[in-house]
Parts: sequence; C-alpha cells; structure tokens
Amino acid sequence: MELKFKRKNKTLIIQISGEIDHHTSTELRRQTESALEQMGGRNIIFGFQEVTFMDSSGIGVMIGRYKQIQSLGGRIAIACPNEKVEEIIRLSGLSRLLPSFPTLNEAIAYAEGRESDAV
Amino acid sequence: MQFDNEARVFFSAKSENESFARLFAAGFLTQLDPTISELTDVKTAVSEAVTNAIIHGYENQTGMVELFCGYAGNHIYIEVADKGKGIENVEQAREPLYTSKPEMERSGMGFTIMETFMEHVRIESKVGEGTRIFMEKTLAKE
Repeated sequence: MELKFKRKNKTLIIQISGEIDHHTSTELRRQTESALEQMGGRNIIFGFQEVTFMDSSGIGVMIGRYKQIQSLGGRIAIACPNEKVEEIIRLSGLSRLLPSFPTLNEAIAYAEGRESDAV
Repeated sequence: MQFDNEARVFFSAKSENESFARLFAAGFLTQLDPTISELTDVKTAVSEAVTNAIIHGYENQTGMVELFCGYAGNHIYIEVADKGKGIENVEQAREPLYTSKPEMERSGMGFTIMETFMEHVRIESKVGEGTRIFMEKTLAKE
C-alpha cells in the first residue's frame, strides 16, 4: 500500500493505492495521524481510485478518523471507491457518516461544505 | 465430502500473511474461471476469517492458521482454522458491529461481510481449543 498526502484549503487528501487489510491498516492509521499533525487540516478525504482491495479493517480505520475529525468540527469523505468498497461501507451502515463520491472534486466540495459547487 | 480438487496450506499467524492467504485462495479458484466480482467476494471473506484468527484467535501471539480450499463442480468450500483461544459466544460474535476489541479500531463487521459475500458460513469454536470457519459459495456458470 502506498499513500500520498496533499493539503487543499482545510482538507487533507490522502490518495491510497494498493490493498487495505489488517496488516496495512496499521500503517494507514499511523501515517494519517502523522500527516494530520504535520500538515494540519480539518477535513479528510480518502482517495480510493487506486485501491485494489479493502476488507473491514479499512472501515475500522475510517471510523477512528471520523471520530477524530468530528472532534475538530470537520468532515470525512471517500472519493472514487470501487463497487466492493462501496458495498462494505454500505453493509457497515456508515454511508451517512462516511459518504462516497464518484469524483475527488465532489468529495472536496462536500468536505468543505459547498456541495452545490460539485459538478 | 468428495472434492474435484483441493488445496491446504498452513502459515504463521502474522498479519503479513493475510495477503498471502487471499492470493492462495484466489490462485486456486482461478481454475474455475470465476468472475472478478466472485473472486473479490472470496478474497474478502478469506481476509476477514484469517484476520479474525490472527487478532482474536491468537491475539497476535505465535500460532498457525490453516486455510483449505476445495471445489466440487462450481461449488466452492473454504475453511479457515486456528488453535487459539476460541469464541465464547458465537452468536454475539456474528452480530453486525459487535467487536471485542474496540480499542484496536476493529469495525465488528468481519462475520457480516463473510455472510454477505459467501452463501453459507458455519462457525465451530471451543474455548481454549480454537475456531474453524466453513464457508461455501456457488459460482455462476455461463
């Protein structure tokens, strides 16, 4: 799994490539926390375009980050998930807390509270 | 049970081996020419079962995990077993969002995902002896 971090306005964008399982989720959690600390940001977007696999360990990491971001008054979103990732999020009943968007721009617009701009 | 073909592997209960377990199952079942979606379903279910064995069965201590894959026609059978601590209350463990390890940021969705992505899931567990998970799925034939 590889991670790329970028800050846009108040949003930390984390582009993930590869597989998210129990093994890699430890690193995902550690690096996300470290990037939040160093780069700042009130919102988080997880970019899933290059994620080839995710099991429930990924959900655990995102719930953890949701709690963290919520305490800052921010939002969390998922961009470009594949069908199976969406199904896992839906099964966990977290679609409302962790909304998914087909494009990164829509996810950014949601995170920054300007949904109407997302086209 | 008579299988057309079967394979069994034992590996250390280390998180590094989760991807190996998925690849082993996917590689074996490729012989049946499954769809990508079917293969992902099986990989996800195997990943959940193996992760449970490592985290809950052995609690990240030393141990071996067993993975069996077999098929008869287009019906596949997967077993994941550990000789770890066992599950005290299987019904509770199967409940969506239930986790005995919330401090580890576990989602409690493991069994729900196995049950959704496979057609049949059976759990045999004895406290102090270990857990064996049986999963079955019929692949669609063109």
